[in-house]
Amino acid sequence: MFDKTLDRTMTENTKITAQSVNVHYGDKQAIQDVNVDIIDKAVTAFIGPSGCGKSTFLRCINRMNDTIVGCKVTGSITFEGKELTEFDPVYLRSRIGMVFQKPNPFPKSIYDNVAYGPRIHGMAKNKAELDDIVERALKKGAIWDEVKDRLDAPGTGLSGGQQQRLCIARAVATQPDVLLMDEPCSALDPIATAQIEELINELRENYCVIIVTHSMQQAARVSQKTAFFHLGHLVEFDDTNKIFTNPEDPRTESYITGRIG
Amino acid sequence: MDLAKRNRKEKTFRLLGLSAIVLSLVFLVSLFASVISSGLPSFWQTKYTLQLDLPSDKLDKSGTRDPLKMKKVTTIGYSKALVQALKDNLDAAGIDYSELSKKEFKNMISKEAPAQLRNAVLADPSLLDRSFTWTLLANGRIDGYYKGRVTMQSAELDGMVSPAQLELADAMKEKGLLKTSFNTQFFWWPDASDLRPEAAGLGVAFLGSFYMMLIVLVLAVPISVCTAVFLEEFAPTNWFTDLIEINISNLAAVPSIVFGILGLSLFINFAGLPQSAPLVGGLCLTLMTLPTVIIAARASIKAVPPSLKDGALALGASKTQAVFHHVLPSAAPGILTGTIIGLAQALGETAPLLLIGMVAFVREYPSLSPEGITEPATALPIQIYNWTVRGDPAFVERASGAIIVLLTFMIAMNLLAVLLRRRVEKRW
Repeated sequence: MFDKTLDRTMTENTKITAQSVNVHYGDKQAIQDVNVDIIDKAVTAFIGPSGCGKSTFLRCINRMNDTIVGCKVTGSITFEGKELTEFDPVYLRSRIGMVFQKPNPFPKSIYDNVAYGPRIHGMAKNKAELDDIVERALKKGAIWDEVKDRLDAPGTGLSGGQQQRLCIARAVATQPDVLLMDEPCSALDPIATAQIEELINELRENYCVIIVTHSMQQAARVSQKTAFFHLGHLVEFDDTNKIFTNPEDPRTESYITGRIG
Repeated sequence: MDLAKRNRKEKTFRLLGLSAIVLSLVFLVSLFASVISSGLPSFWQTKYTLQLDLPSDKLDKSGTRDPLKMKKVTTIGYSKALVQALKDNLDAAGIDYSELSKKEFKNMISKEAPAQLRNAVLADPSLLDRSFTWTLLANGRIDGYYKGRVTMQSAELDGMVSPAQLELADAMKEKGLLKTSFNTQFFWWPDASDLRPEAAGLGVAFLGSFYMMLIVLVLAVPISVCTAVFLEEFAPTNWFTDLIEINISNLAAVPSIVFGILGLSLFINFAGLPQSAPLVGGLCLTLMTLPTVIIAARASIKAVPPSLKDGALALGASKTQAVFHHVLPSAAPGILTGTIIGLAQALGETAPLLLIGMVAFVREYPSLSPEGITEPATALPIQIYNWTVRGDPAFVERASGAIIVLLTFMIAMNLLAVLLRRRVEKRW
């Protein structure tokens, strides 16, 4: 359905690199020695069974793990060639947006949900500019047509799929370079899922998208690169086509054929 | 276990639960019934309506109508004038009062009435020059006669009232000189001494309680919210914060009188603040209310879904922004409920106020300016306590009336808390 062939310039455009990343929650090691290069303007999928560390690794990228007590990240992760630890986390998160598993709109109006990020970062000089940012973000989130007449309505009153697209619009509004998506469709029905997947495919043109998913079909549909995690290890990372048709590691093959996981 | 046995067990348990509820309802209803039946009469008051022609030659000997000079005439002079006026009015109505002794006749009128007339005349000396209608309090026992507290039989044994007085009162009622009407003065007059229960009111207690509630609101809410936010969102989890947590829970269980002892030694003996002042009372009640509000605020902050904060953080909000823009507004209804419940608790608290001297007999209103909080006052529950320990049954009636007022306030506050919670809870 979607074009999965990538030209060479894209693959060389590395946005995020991880080298020997280890994550510990207290005494428990969640991720062991992960090395990965993530390219811009493409969708990278993290797949793997529950508890394999894919979400943990995702949360390392925008340093959301900082907020968890007892979580320790070692190794090196760079964003645009600079160590994550050298960024101010507040600035970093304005460049790396995140969409969560469960839609979490703020209990405010649709407009305020989207305008929140631009407001705290002082991105708009006046109301007209802010209106413009909100409209563009909602259009990018593919929800503008559904909500343009009721921007004052509470964001929590939308359906689950609409809420998730609102959250994507909210993340896009701060004009990030990277979008992290942590199982964005797991709480949605198939129709809403299809809408979000279509949206992800469009977002690929402008953003580096990283999506964690439980659904192998979803990974196959939306991503160009796929990383398979198992028990805290990054088992295999390659073009999506290759992972699903000709995996190198026997564990990957077992997982995608449904024998483990 | 067979099915019949299981069903029987279920039935028994339901029955037990139902009977527990019925039992507590019975207690509640009997409590309310007893308070209301003994307290409602205090909202009515028996008064005479007389036509007054005051003897200006006696009440203003100088003839200048200068209040400073008129002050030389004490309440005794006004008392005589009122007795004479009562006689004149009875003569005019054709009522015979010859059976009453001089003392009995004088005691028809409340001891508070001359003082009130004197204040009115000093405020407006022109009253001396004209005839006017004046309502004055009847003696407490005569008031009690119309509320069923005093009967002809009890009057025969009572040194304070005689059947002849009651008969005269009945005759006056027939002619419209005596009426029992709604008692607005009960809500704004100050307390009165032992011999004049008919003049006692809740005014000073209202003001004192109001000042204290203001102080509690202004101090307890910000301190509690800051504490709760810090402990819940910013403090590291270690043995020290655990210790603080345990101690806050312990403070909530400390008997309130201990806070009174603390207030006495800290605010009065050490800091030198005045006794009997709403300021000190408010500070004690703040200490007492803090743990309640902190615990409620922490619980409601904890109840905010973490996804909300994560959403804000992921957009690049700082932790403080995430807390103040999203967590706190979502927790606000819960914090508000906790605050109102804490305030209602503080409103009804008596023990700590006894220790800091608010139990004193106060007849002067604290001033309405900010200095008022350092001037002596009482509080509603203290006023109830004060009245219940006095001998005259009229005071017990008034205490029950004050309990009704206090309960009304508390029920209103709790209702407000419930309404607020219903209205804004679970918006996410």
